Amino acid sequence: MKTLLSLALATSALASPATAADLQSFQVEKGHYQAILGDCAACHSKAGGKLYSGGEPLETPFGTLVPPNITPDRETGIGAWTKADFRNTMKNGVGKDGKHLYPAMPYPSYHLMPDEDVDDLWAYLQTVEPVHHAVEANQLPFPFNQRIVMRGWNWLNFEPEPFQPDEKQSAEWNRGAYLVQGPGHCGTCHTPKSALGADESDAALQGATLQGWYAPNITGQKRIGIGDWSKNQIVAYLKTGSNGHAIAAGPMVEAIQDSTSQMKDDDLQAIATYLLSVKADDEDGGGEQPKPLASDDSQMKAGAEIYRTSCAACHGMDGKGAEHLFPALAGSAAVQQDDVSTLIHVILAGAKGPYTKDRPTAPAMPSFAFHLSDEQVADVATYIRNDWGNAAPAVSADAVGDARGAD
Amino acid sequence: MTTILPKKDVVIIGLGWTGSILANELADEGLDIVALERGPWRDTATDFNIAYMQDELRYAIRKDLFLHASEEAMTMRNNTSETALPMRDYGSFLPGRGVGGAGVHWNGHTWRFYDSDFELKSHLTERYGADRLADLTIEDWGVTGRELEHSYDRFEQLAGISGKAGNIDGRIEEGGNPFESPRKRDYPLPPNRMPYGPALFADAAKSAGFHPFPTPAANLSQNYVNPLGVAMGQCSYCGFCERFACANYSKSSPQTCVLPVLMRKPNFELRSNSDVRKIELAKDGKTARGVTYVDTSGREFFQPADLVLVCAYALHNVRLMLLSGIGQPYDPATGEGTTGRNYCYQTNAGVTVFFDDKNFNPFIAGGAIGQTADDFNGDSFDHSALDFVGGGGINCIPTSGRPIQHRPVPKGTPKWGSAWKKATKEAYQSTLSFGVQGSSYAARGNYLSLDPTYKDRYGVPLLRMTFDFPDNDIRMSHYLSDRALEIAKAMGGREIAEARRDKSWNSVPYQSTHNTGGAIMGSDPTKSALNKYLQSWDVANVFVIGASAFPQNAGKNPTGTVGALAYWAADAIRNQYLRNPGKGLVG
Repeated sequence: MKTLLSLALATSALASPATAADLQSFQVEKGHYQAILGDCAACHSKAGGKLYSGGEPLETPFGTLVPPNITPDRETGIGAWTKADFRNTMKNGVGKDGKHLYPAMPYPSYHLMPDEDVDDLWAYLQTVEPVHHAVEANQLPFPFNQRIVMRGWNWLNFEPEPFQPDEKQSAEWNRGAYLVQGPGHCGTCHTPKSALGADESDAALQGATLQGWYAPNITGQKRIGIGDWSKNQIVAYLKTGSNGHAIAAGPMVEAIQDSTSQMKDDDLQAIATYLLSVKADDEDGGGEQPKPLASDDSQMKAGAEIYRTSCAACHGMDGKGAEHLFPALAGSAAVQQDDVSTLIHVILAGAKGPYTKDRPTAPAMPSFAFHLSDEQVADVATYIRNDWGNAAPAVSADAVGDARGAD
Repeated sequence: MTTILPKKDVVIIGLGWTGSILANELADEGLDIVALERGPWRDTATDFNIAYMQDELRYAIRKDLFLHASEEAMTMRNNTSETALPMRDYGSFLPGRGVGGAGVHWNGHTWRFYDSDFELKSHLTERYGADRLADLTIEDWGVTGRELEHSYDRFEQLAGISGKAGNIDGRIEEGGNPFESPRKRDYPLPPNRMPYGPALFADAAKSAGFHPFPTPAANLSQNYVNPLGVAMGQCSYCGFCERFACANYSKSSPQTCVLPVLMRKPNFELRSNSDVRKIELAKDGKTARGVTYVDTSGREFFQPADLVLVCAYALHNVRLMLLSGIGQPYDPATGEGTTGRNYCYQTNAGVTVFFDDKNFNPFIAGGAIGQTADDFNGDSFDHSALDFVGGGGINCIPTSGRPIQHRPVPKGTPKWGSAWKKATKEAYQSTLSFGVQGSSYAARGNYLSLDPTYKDRYGVPLLRMTFDFPDNDIRMSHYLSDRALEIAKAMGGREIAEARRDKSWNSVPYQSTHNTGGAIMGSDPTKSALNKYLQSWDVANVFVIGASAFPQNAGKNPTGTVGALAYWAADAIRNQYLRNPGKGLVG
């Protein structure tokens, strides 16, 4: 509605020279949408803090980075920057005064954005409330704290190319590819990283671990990807946080609340079309499908008993859960991933789903850390990975112990 | 020193069912609202963890979720000739505490009162003559059942009530309560599946000429998404409802129905652990300026507000009005005054049938999953030849088979030792109890007041309850017990044990938390504290919402009607009061 209004104002602006301000407001509106697409708030805001005034520390394999203040405060934000400074930051990872950024700021993705969109975003960020809040962004240990090392990193890992549409694909597919690879920067979490922290482009969107969670495979692969979801289910998940079977948890909760739930439906459809088209190389028979563990396996037997007493009241004896409330475990990709970080994390610490306008429940799972031993968590996790048609390798008590220690 | 806070449009005292419903409705008007809740914040996954929620010792015996007398006690006596003494522990009833209030730990029986219940005095006078009511001070509510129909419906839809309508627009529906007053549509969910006990009860009741039907339940029979978009899950029949919170989003409560939406509204703020001490009035005594409250460290705050909504537990609502000087305190000697008037309770009795050959699996249960026969409730039967008015529901709702408290044994069994163990083992599976939940009608000597002697930790008088079961209600209860006995006999058990209701009220054994009245609604300002919209006759910017507004209690659980009154008051505030704030909506 707001956009329509702005559009109307902008149209009239063409006929009337007195409405430069309207044109500007139209640009701000467009820039606001770029901020949603790019989910700036996810990193640059924190709970209880003012919008964009700096985020929670990011724990990277190289050390701690704190997302800085990007409000137009002149001293502690970007109020003293020029449009060119901002464009260079967004697209090349080089901030004001030639300071190199670390790729926790996903400039390799934002590089795909057209200049016009980046300028709109700049216009929007000029209008948010300036907040005086100094952030020490670089808290890395030596030698990583030397920003100069990023020159070498960029030389190795950063190919500054604009987005190349695939002429053989539909416009919708291309829009989806652009959003996923560009402003949406899905790969920042979902693509595995090399030893240098760069995307493993051969394994794009095939899942990666960060901050105690496993950002799962979001390719069109079946079983562990989202290939079993319909396009509408993907759209519903991104728009509302729940598609009836799966409910978002972990860092994806914020991504949905702050970003995807506010995207236009056409953009969500485009993202779904593109993600379903991304297939791993071994999709057709190359990779061996695991077989479920036998039900008389000792871990399976112990796990089934724990499941019956601690889990079934919500998730059901059939593992089907309850629509929009308790995620289905049967057929769930999240529980069958090779990396069990998320599964263990949720059992130990609990989880809370997203709040969205359409699905406001934000249902939560309690913590079982106090109630189940490492061995019991391993048993029940193994069980839910191997009943109701699920199949995935057993989980070890050591893996649970490691996760518990890390928490 | 009192810290004076920035003014709010609305201050709400207590965030249970009524507080959360009103807050959510009024937040949609764009008002700036703060709710002050004496107890802590509580939510499902963080506080009602399924791995410890079924701890009977902690929650049912030690009463972890309830108000403890150490925080606020009350005094009680049976009549004005006695000196009231403080209850050192809550027993007969258990007030809630914390966000969600009693809506967290209730069983979930969700009734509509009959249309005749709302016009009780007029209806009974017309049918049986004024002499029949001579010993009672029953009143009409000012609002009619028809007026409340839509509000009842909204509460049922909010809470996902599972049941079967008995009367839709005057058409009697097979399987529902044929005595209920007309409703516009059925419950949002179908009834729960019946465990064996209530199924057997229904067969026996039918054979004895009764009309049993599934009790309307806030234990959900199916997954549900309510009109606010909040999702709830199907009940798992775990048998941990009353005295417990639901660990799996299956029992309707403020947490499972309203708070997910309310807590996100930017114009709503909750301050928990904030104990409201007084509603402060302007000098003329006709306008509330706001409320004074104390936090857990003893710091005192004044929260100014244009509108004060009193939404605490019924007894606490009345005490707060008495402490704040709202309305004239009721005096039983003269029959004058309004605040504290028409305190009523619930008149309960029970029957237990011991069998030799049954296996009831009593642990398969829900708080409201059972059967009710309403043939002798309210005025659904002719009292012409009888010596009382009122009635009750006959309810077979086995709420649990929990190991500490579910220990039925036949009469004559020793209270401990090997003989008790043997008896409890034999009877656990093969015993079925059901109850009569009788009406409680107001009498002149039953009322609430401030105690002249005993004070709370702030040095402020405790609430004093003066109550005994009126003779009318005792006669009613015996009549209903006779009816229950007919059903018990039709069940064909080995042995029947009765628990009949006689005088006098004893505050120690648990009976019911259905305390009603004391700040009643009505159409006569000399006999009621509130008008038909729950607005104080005396202080127009104070509304008092809860069972405290019932002029007398029906033979039914109050929550359905309390929820309906919350919507009724919210509509009155939204559609009438806000157009002309500070003015009385009636007269």
